[in-house]
Amino acid sequence: MTAVLQLLLVVLTAPLLLGVITRTKAIVAGRSGPPLLQAYYDLGKLLRKDTVLSSTTTWVFLAGPAMAVVVPLLASLLLPLAGPRAPLAFTGDLILFVYLFALSRFFTTVAALDTGSAFEGMGVAREVTFAALAEPALFFGLLALARISGSLSLSQLLTVDGNSWHRASAALVLIIASWFIVLLAENSRVPFDDPNTHLELTMIHEVMVLDHSGPAFGLILYGSALKLFVFSALIADVALPRTGNPLADAAATLGAVLGICVVIGLVESSMARLRLVRVPQLLVAASLVAGFAVVLVLR
Amino acid sequence: MNGTLLTRRNAEPAPLADVPLVPLAGFRTAVINAVRNDCRVVSYFARMVEDGIELVAVLADDTRSELGFVRSRVTEDRFESLTPECPQVQLFEREIAEQYGIEPVGHPWLKPVRFQQSWRPGHQHFGEPLPGVTDFFRVEGDEVHEVAVGPVHAGVIEPGHFRFQCHGEHVFHLEIALGYQHRGIERALIGGPSAKTIHYMETASGDSTIGHTLAYAQAIEALTGTRVPARAQVLRGIALELERLANHTGDLGALSGDVAYLPAAASCGRTRGDYLNLTAELCGSRFGRGFVRPGGVQFDLPTDRIATLTERLQAATRDTVESAGLLWTTPSVIERFENTGTVEANTCDEIGMVGVAARACGRSIDVRHDFPFGVYRFVHIPVMTAHHGDVNSRAFVRWLELQRSADFVARQLRTLPATPVRMDVAGSLAPDAIVASLTEGWRGEICHVAITDAEGRFARYKITDPSFHNWLGVALALRNGQISDFPLCNKSFNLSYCGHDL
Repeated sequence: MTAVLQLLLVVLTAPLLLGVITRTKAIVAGRSGPPLLQAYYDLGKLLRKDTVLSSTTTWVFLAGPAMAVVVPLLASLLLPLAGPRAPLAFTGDLILFVYLFALSRFFTTVAALDTGSAFEGMGVAREVTFAALAEPALFFGLLALARISGSLSLSQLLTVDGNSWHRASAALVLIIASWFIVLLAENSRVPFDDPNTHLELTMIHEVMVLDHSGPAFGLILYGSALKLFVFSALIADVALPRTGNPLADAAATLGAVLGICVVIGLVESSMARLRLVRVPQLLVAASLVAGFAVVLVLR
Repeated sequence: MNGTLLTRRNAEPAPLADVPLVPLAGFRTAVINAVRNDCRVVSYFARMVEDGIELVAVLADDTRSELGFVRSRVTEDRFESLTPECPQVQLFEREIAEQYGIEPVGHPWLKPVRFQQSWRPGHQHFGEPLPGVTDFFRVEGDEVHEVAVGPVHAGVIEPGHFRFQCHGEHVFHLEIALGYQHRGIERALIGGPSAKTIHYMETASGDSTIGHTLAYAQAIEALTGTRVPARAQVLRGIALELERLANHTGDLGALSGDVAYLPAAASCGRTRGDYLNLTAELCGSRFGRGFVRPGGVQFDLPTDRIATLTERLQAATRDTVESAGLLWTTPSVIERFENTGTVEANTCDEIGMVGVAARACGRSIDVRHDFPFGVYRFVHIPVMTAHHGDVNSRAFVRWLELQRSADFVARQLRTLPATPVRMDVAGSLAPDAIVASLTEGWRGEICHVAITDAEGRFARYKITDPSFHNWLGVALALRNGQISDFPLCNKSFNLSYCGHDL
């Protein structure tokens, strides 16, 4: 029951997140902006289109979009979003959680390399470099949470109760801050990447999917919305207390996720993106912040 | 200026016979010496005469407001290139080789400019080139890779081909191949002026319509001895500054968009439209089409519209200053702009950059100040400079200039002289004459040189858009930079493809 509720929550509301970010940015800029549900319309449009395939590509090219959707869905099942336990939970599932995203990145990058384009090769080099630097932040955060909760399963590890907040509030705040930076990097948001740019030479993630079209591109868009949902929910799980009631927890998760999207919109409205050579510095800083959280809980 | 040159003011005609016709060696020395003495080559082209090809060079002495003319004859299909001694003529010489099939011997990088056919049947230096099909400079090495961008771009911009030689994110070298927008304007102008001529001028570079038509109108007025009424002069100045306001504002917004800084991007995009609409109030066209004509302007500004125009201008300027002002107070934006795409001041001099890009290198050159024309002979606009030659400087010069332009327009609207706005252009053009007409478009110096034949028709009409001088600057700005900074850098120059390709 909770598994169905949780899946429905993720599958149905993920594209709404993109709408909330866009709307926040539009309001700050004094524009009216596209409708909140624009991402759904875009997906509908893309799914009705034909796919154009380059003659140099192979099956790998289509595996990228498929993995982009499957992986975040699988990863979402490891998170306790509605109710105290995640639909899939076992000791050590945090490792699976992190490397599921590595798996999807592998397929996205291989699909990009499959086209043989110089642009996409460049995007791949950037993506994997930055991903490697973002990973420690994620793991340090999980390590600190494992220490606080005394468990190696995401279901217990992410169920942060009032007692944990009382004991380790500083560490938890550091984890949330660090993971928010990772969220921005992993989901190609400002200041790491510019989701709206049309300039191939400056893109990180977008440039890898330039050759995808139609339903395949729709899957990629949908996949990135799912990924944004999963990362936001991960942070929401740390920040929110849990009631144990599936419906109330699902509603709280959705509210928190949308709140995070508003914050993303505000960040994107108030700063320029970083020079590409500065990106590693911010990611290393995120790792250090999470590393410091580990130091705090190890005392 | 040295003795071998004939000197004239901006848009002051001279009989062609007065322009010294010197042997090639003397021509070389004259141009090279002038450039050594701080003159700039504003135009350098060839034309066909009975016994071969004639080279004509126009040099500008910015401190004395003088234009120098010199010419020479090439009787064989080759002449000694000036480029090794005077790099700023490199593109002019490539153009001469392409148009007339004569070879500048010793040119270090002789390639087609616009991939056009030679104008002289039987004299092809590059054969029949196809756009973009040429040799490119290549850096070899295990980890060196080449990135080719364009001619079709992701954004709605003009076509151009860019080749990067990179090592990871680092750019060793950028080479730019243009010519995709070549329409054959200069060739079509020969034998003119005709009814079509003014339309070629308006679309030579569509975003500089006023700048180019003004340069053309000045040339025609000079060759016919037409005096333009004061009101028309002022209205032309207002239109030129509105063009500058619209484009500078648009550029600041686009620069801000390129670094994903939304507040300024959205607002500047809107106020650019406000300035365009003010131009439409003048002449019915947002881009100033149909406004400037030889002898004056086509439309008068009724007195009852001045008040609303001033009000709208002030509202738009207030919004622009407020929103673009955010760029200079937001650390993340400054961090992106500073030290990106730097052109050293001596490089700027060597390659003969003009306009905003040159002023951003600390070079105080501005046709409105150095070769005053029209209303600028009576009202001076301060020359705005910055000193680092990077994206930040180019953006900052625009920001300063647009405020001066807004002040100028507001002041001129208050004191419009009460005269007619157009005089008839009497008779035909002076025969066998030459005139160089300079204006300061929003990108920089626009130079039109007209040479008439015995019947007073154009024997040659040479258009030099500021982009022609500055494209090499974009390529050099990228050296040792980051490939991801290219779009930002390119936008900070915002050069015209069609103005270059003609």
